[in-house]
Amino acid sequence: MTDSMPTQMARAPALCTEGLALGYGSRTVLRDITLDILTGAWTAIVGPNGSGKSTLLRALAGLTPPRAGTICLRGRPLSAWSRRERARQLAWLAQDSSATNLTAAEVVGLGRFAHSGWLSSRKSDDDAAMRRAMQATGSLPWADRRVTTLSGGERQRVMLARVLAVEAPVMLLDEPTTHLDPPHQEDIARILRDQAHGCGVCVVSAIHDLSLALTADRLIVLGATGGLVGHGTVREALAGDWLSTAFRTRVDIVELAGVYLWRPALRAADPVAAELP
Amino acid sequence: MSAVRPTDAVLPGDVPSARADSRLVYWLAACVATTLLLTGASLLIGTSSVETSFGWLLTPDAQSALILWHIRLPRTVGAWAAGALLGLAGAVAQGVFRNPLAEPYLLGTASGAALGVTLSLLGMDASIGALAWTAKLGVTGAACIGACAAIALTILLSRGVLQTANLLLAGIVVAFLLSAVTSLLLLTRPDVWRSMQSFLLGSTGFLSWSGAALLGVVLCVCIVPAILLSRGLDALSLGEDTAQSLGLSLPMLRLTLLGVLSLATAAAVGQVGIVGFVGLVAPHLVRETVAVNHRQLLVGAPLCGGALLQGADLVSRWIIHPAELPVGAVTAVVGGVYLVALLWRRTRHD
Repeated sequence: MTDSMPTQMARAPALCTEGLALGYGSRTVLRDITLDILTGAWTAIVGPNGSGKSTLLRALAGLTPPRAGTICLRGRPLSAWSRRERARQLAWLAQDSSATNLTAAEVVGLGRFAHSGWLSSRKSDDDAAMRRAMQATGSLPWADRRVTTLSGGERQRVMLARVLAVEAPVMLLDEPTTHLDPPHQEDIARILRDQAHGCGVCVVSAIHDLSLALTADRLIVLGATGGLVGHGTVREALAGDWLSTAFRTRVDIVELAGVYLWRPALRAADPVAAELP
Repeated sequence: MSAVRPTDAVLPGDVPSARADSRLVYWLAACVATTLLLTGASLLIGTSSVETSFGWLLTPDAQSALILWHIRLPRTVGAWAAGALLGLAGAVAQGVFRNPLAEPYLLGTASGAALGVTLSLLGMDASIGALAWTAKLGVTGAACIGACAAIALTILLSRGVLQTANLLLAGIVVAFLLSAVTSLLLLTRPDVWRSMQSFLLGSTGFLSWSGAALLGVVLCVCIVPAILLSRGLDALSLGEDTAQSLGLSLPMLRLTLLGVLSLATAAAVGQVGIVGFVGLVAPHLVRETVAVNHRQLLVGAPLCGGALLQGADLVSRWIIHPAELPVGAVTAVVGGVYLVALLWRRTRHD
């Protein structure tokens, strides 16, 4: 997996954090987070519920200001970027896509907002970017359909196309695979990997499903007590057994034909017992 | 970075769809045609019989000219403009609050206007000085000031415009508070209560050319920024975080659109009183039938709202001819029936 990644040249950190502390109100969710998130790689954020995966992503996207510490986007503090410039550098996908009345094409077109502005005077490069994004996600056939009439998997592809249409060097996605069935989850994961490896984008996503998260290039593992357990390649994470530390229980990962799988401790139900009323 | 991306995309499905656009044009044309028809009909229908009115149109004399051009025409034009403002305000409110049930009065405008009118009517009896003052201001001015004051109070209570939920809660609190004050004031003065009623139920009977002109100017002032910001409303429909991440300034967007909402509602309430349901139903109708994005909605909802209030005005004049119903009662019935029909259709689909 590591071999297929781009050369060392392209793998400068796109996002750096230093001594980051994050929280809401009187509650501190994360403290002392120092990370270098690389370009051209797909980084998955994993951790138990409430460990601050979404909080970290929101802070990286500039949606919540940090309590302490700094975030640098391409070597420049996040707060030093203008709103419009930052929106061209960072594309963000929220966890819940809200029920909008727009067509798929219009949703994807909003991804060009930071480029084309208020008057929606779309130029040819905006059209080209939209078409590329919809093609990469396979959402072009639904361009004229209202998003509310699409299935969950189709809708998520449209939302992903909006993120791709920004053509930003950094993509931040909060749980892009929730509510999707396993094959659709894999489709999304494949698109994310293509973006990272093929287009040199820095992709960061929170992923709930452990087996899926282990198909990423790198992991950021957050612990239950609001701290960073580890940040590195998937191999490093497995060698250090970071997941067991983070979830505070034994997390069993098996390798099967080059695929890492999470093995639950719960065995399959006894067939005789299952047939009893 | 983007140079690495594949660029060989020449595919069908060019956006946005031309089919939806042509449907929109038909729909808008139908709205305009209805408006013109209703305007013609409203010249014929009034306290006098239709035959008499028709005779006036053919052979105009001084008296008929007065009635047609200075009573009926400003009334129907004003009703259209007030309906258009309510439709626009409703569309803006539903967009800003991301709630299809939002309506123009949700920031306490209606109760503020009612209190303003009550105070001005009570003031007329209080003293000669107050009488002179209220006469200059007029009932419409008092309603407008009351509506604006209510919005200011709502924004003050919610401590700014950033928290949508706080804003809605503050609006409810202000509405109840001001209604309570109005009720207490009216309890002591039953005579004022009677003259208040036409205002509380909504009435197009007091519209003059100056009122209609005022509504027209406010409509022009409101619709331009609303349409310019329509893409922001589209982005907002994807969620506040997403809109922000797209490079949108949420405070600027909210503040401008709440200004539009307040101005439109205050102007309409000042001229025609509290006409319910038009602001709720007009954007719904447009959204259900044709509009997909906010630019289309913000053009369609005013046209639809204008035709709706004009039609309701006509019905209110004609149904118990030669007497008149309050126009707000008609819109309430029509709007209520529409919402119930919508509800039934939805439950049948499920």
